This record gives sequence, structure tokens and C-alpha cells, in this order.
Amino acid sequence: MDEIAVLGVGMHPWGKWGRNFTEYGVAAARNALADAGVDYADVGFVSGAVTVRCGYPGYVAGSTFARALGFTGAQLASSYSACASGATALQVARGQILSNACDVALVAGADTTPKGFLAPNTGERPDDIDWLRFHLVGATNPVYFGLHARRRMDLYGATTDDFAMVKVKNSRHGAHNPNARFAKEYGLDDVRNSPVVSDPLRLLDICATSDGGAAMVVSSMEWARAHGHRDPVRVAGISTVSPTYPDPVIDLPYLAADSVADPSAPLVGFKESIGARAYDEAGLGPDDIDVAEVYDLSSAMELDWYEQLGFCAPGEAERLLRDGDTAIGGRLPVNPSGGLGAFGEAVPAQAIAQVCELTWQLRGTAGARQVDGARVGITVNQGLFGHGSSVIVRR
Amino acid sequence: MPAVEGLFTFDDDGPRLIGGRVPGTESYFFPKHLGGADPRVGPVELEEVLLSRRGRVWSYTTSHYPPPPPFVVTSEPYEPITIAAVELESEKMVVLGQCTAGVGPEDLEVGMEMELAVDTLYGDDDCDYLVWKWRPVAAGSKD
Repeated sequence: MDEIAVLGVGMHPWGKWGRNFTEYGVAAARNALADAGVDYADVGFVSGAVTVRCGYPGYVAGSTFARALGFTGAQLASSYSACASGATALQVARGQILSNACDVALVAGADTTPKGFLAPNTGERPDDIDWLRFHLVGATNPVYFGLHARRRMDLYGATTDDFAMVKVKNSRHGAHNPNARFAKEYGLDDVRNSPVVSDPLRLLDICATSDGGAAMVVSSMEWARAHGHRDPVRVAGISTVSPTYPDPVIDLPYLAADSVADPSAPLVGFKESIGARAYDEAGLGPDDIDVAEVYDLSSAMELDWYEQLGFCAPGEAERLLRDGDTAIGGRLPVNPSGGLGAFGEAVPAQAIAQVCELTWQLRGTAGARQVDGARVGITVNQGLFGHGSSVIVRR
Repeated sequence: MPAVEGLFTFDDDGPRLIGGRVPGTESYFFPKHLGGADPRVGPVELEEVLLSRRGRVWSYTTSHYPPPPPFVVTSEPYEPITIAAVELESEKMVVLGQCTAGVGPEDLEVGMEMELAVDTLYGDDDCDYLVWKWRPVAAGSKD
């Protein structure tokens, strides 16, 4: 797959203010444009990641951000794929650039989130699987996180302290990130003493919902070189894969996984297939990765990703964590930004924010949370309803 | 009456989940109309089948905070609900459900045998609204 250049990245800090999401997205976009040194008039395509919690302007996020920056006649798209929306928006922008429909694209996502559990649309909706899971089972998002965490304990002997260690590690990283919402460095006892939300996971094992915004300015390699960017961070692979039937793993928002009674059906793990596609596009593998940003909706989920990205064999993630391999200073630091544990989730911004962090890491400008010598990084995340998301960047 | 029509039976023969099957194959779906499709055959008309009453625990959790609407909280204060994911015996398909009252995480382990029950989800002045739930076989078996 041909590469595109990351000319600039920018964020609005994460927090919980309840202001208009447009404000966060525009601030992030302006920061990304300034970081890129690109004139907004040169942006030929605005790719927005959608929020479904902020009314119609959220559904047409690309237009909302473009109008707030000033309409220039640029082409627009707005993408929704739940937590994966930011990667989809980047994917759409890459397609525009590689098909020569534009030279420079702005990718942006932002959200303003309500307090508490994310919940389905209101009304009586018995044909909506997302409504049914709440109504009939009480299956909130943390319920699925709890199911997967418990299974890790049963299959691999993980302990609740292993999960807590992920939070402790990520909070130590996030304390050095001015864009993170939570600056506090948590200890094991803080996690152990927080209330149980979805057994075996406690409040501090589960990510909060946040306000925030993130943006990138991307271009063709030719345009980058012609405008003075001699050695930009490049996007080498983007995965937005869906599951392959039958997927035997129960995941949100479904009431049932696929049946695997038919022995002739192919068995392709969905989460494993997400990173595999990005590796394939980039012509790289797990051994090439220097730094990763993975979706820690729960602390236990971060451990799942170590295995699903091929950093270790199934059942070995706890060893990587305990040995310090995935902390800054270790062999393969994971979530140097602090991850969702330090940010909380701002859905359409999050997959973009992961790439922002890797861009700073590959440039060597991440300050106190710098991963030494990082040249190749991978992000991974997953949106409900079967949206994979992974981006590989290199320098 | 069922909280939502068409998902399970609850007659004297014992409760069963109502699933779909691609005719002549072992591709099963639940709920029948919302369970996806096998791409090797596409969106064909599924035949209605009653799914295995028993299965084994794939995993479980207990929700210590009341879920938001459209879940109906029936106790004040809220009593934590335990939820099991159970792999059905014949269909090899993991299905979520609440556990029956009194079943907590200390009563469960991965791999233990469970069976389907029908129980009250919530009630109003007119009637009780029913849903399927899981319970350990040892706790309520008749066979």
C-alpha cells in the first residue's frame, strides 16, 4: 500500500466540561494545521469522525468542523464506526489522497459525552440489538469487559492485581501528558480500593467517558516533499476490517456470538485480524514495532491486545506486563500517552489521538514520556458492531 | 407475558430460546432475525429452531451499578445482577443472559453446566414481563 505523510497533529486536552464538541474539534484542527505549517486554504478534503451524542451537527462532523473553520469549497465526508470512527475518517482521507482527488486532507474528531454509562437511543426498540441487550440482560459495555476479564483469569491465571498494574503503569505514563484528563499517578491500593463495577473489574480498571478533540493534517508524499517535509512520519497501514463469520467470541452489542457447530467454517479471530491487516499493508510484523497505543477500555483489555497484536503468545501478556516490557523504558512500551486509563474515552477523537501520540513519539518530541529510538508504531482499537481499527506509522 | 415477543418459549415443556438455522446446515443464529448471516449462503430464509436448553459457562460477571434505561431496575436499593455467557451444547454458540435470583459469581466457574430458565424481568400493575435466564444445573435440575 502506498504511504501518505502525517504533516501535523493536534489535540484539545481531554476533560469533562460539557461545552460544544465543535470547540474541541476546531481547537485540535487549528493545532494540527499550525503543527503542519499548512495554510488551511490548501486543505482539499475535510474528513470528520462522527459523534452521535451531539445532535445533527455531530452526524455531519466534517461539515461542522469545516464551517467553523470557514467553508472553502473543500470536499467533505463524515464517518461513523463507533470507537473506530477516527481510523475510518483517516482511511477515507487516505483514499482521497492516493486517488489524487486531493493533495492535503484534514482529519478531525471531537466529542462531548454525558455522565455515566453510555446507553442506547430512547423509545421502545425491540428490533434494535443495542436496545435489547440493555433491556433484557442489563448488558452495559462494562459487562462485556468484565466477561472478557474473567475469562482471562480462568484461562491464563490472570489476577485482579495484574489488571490493576495496567492502570498503574498507564497512569504513570499519563502523568507526563498535558492532553490527558487524569494527571494522578495511581498505586495498586487505589485500584484495589475502588468500587467493583463489573466483577472482576473495579472503577479504576474501566475507562471514563470524556470530552476531547484530536486532528491530523495528512498529504501525499509528493506534496509533503515539495513543501519542505523531507522526513515526515508516514502512515504505512490502516485496517478497518470487520469480523469474519463465524466469530465465536461474544462482544458488544450482541446477545449471542456466532455458532461454531459447523466444523467446515473458517475460524479467524476478529481481534487478531485487525492488526494483521495493518501489518500486511505495511509489510511489517510484530517484531518491527517499537511502540503501541492500544484501546484499554478496561485494564484487562490491554492485556488481550498484547496477544492479539502478536507481541506475545496467548497467555503470556501478564508476563510482559510484570517484567516491565510494556512500560516506558521497557522492550515494547504500550500506551505511553497514558491510554484511555488517563484520558477517558472521547469516542470519535480517540483513534485519531492514538496516531497523534505515535507521531510525537516517532518525531522524538514526546518529552518525559518519550520512547527512545521509536521508528515504527501501531495503534489498535475496536468499535462496537464489528469495526476494527489499526494504524501503523513509521519514520 | 414475554418482555419481548418471539425470543423464547415458556410452556410446560420447559423454556427454550428460539433461534434460526440455515436449512440443512449447522449455522445457527440468535435472535433469529437479528443474528447475522453465513456469507457462504447469504441472507436466506432461516428455519425456526428451538436451541439447546443446556450449555457451559464461557464467562460471567456481576454488574454492581444499575444499568441505565431501557433496563428496568426492580429493587430499591439496586441488587447487583449476575450475567453469564453460556456456550450452548449443540449449537456451540455463546448466549448472554442474566442468572436467576440468588446466583452470584461465587457460584459460577468457567465450564460449569447451566440450563435455561424463564423468570420475571420486571412487573407492572397488569402483569409480569418474562425473560430467559441462566441457572446452574445443580441448582434446579429435574433430569
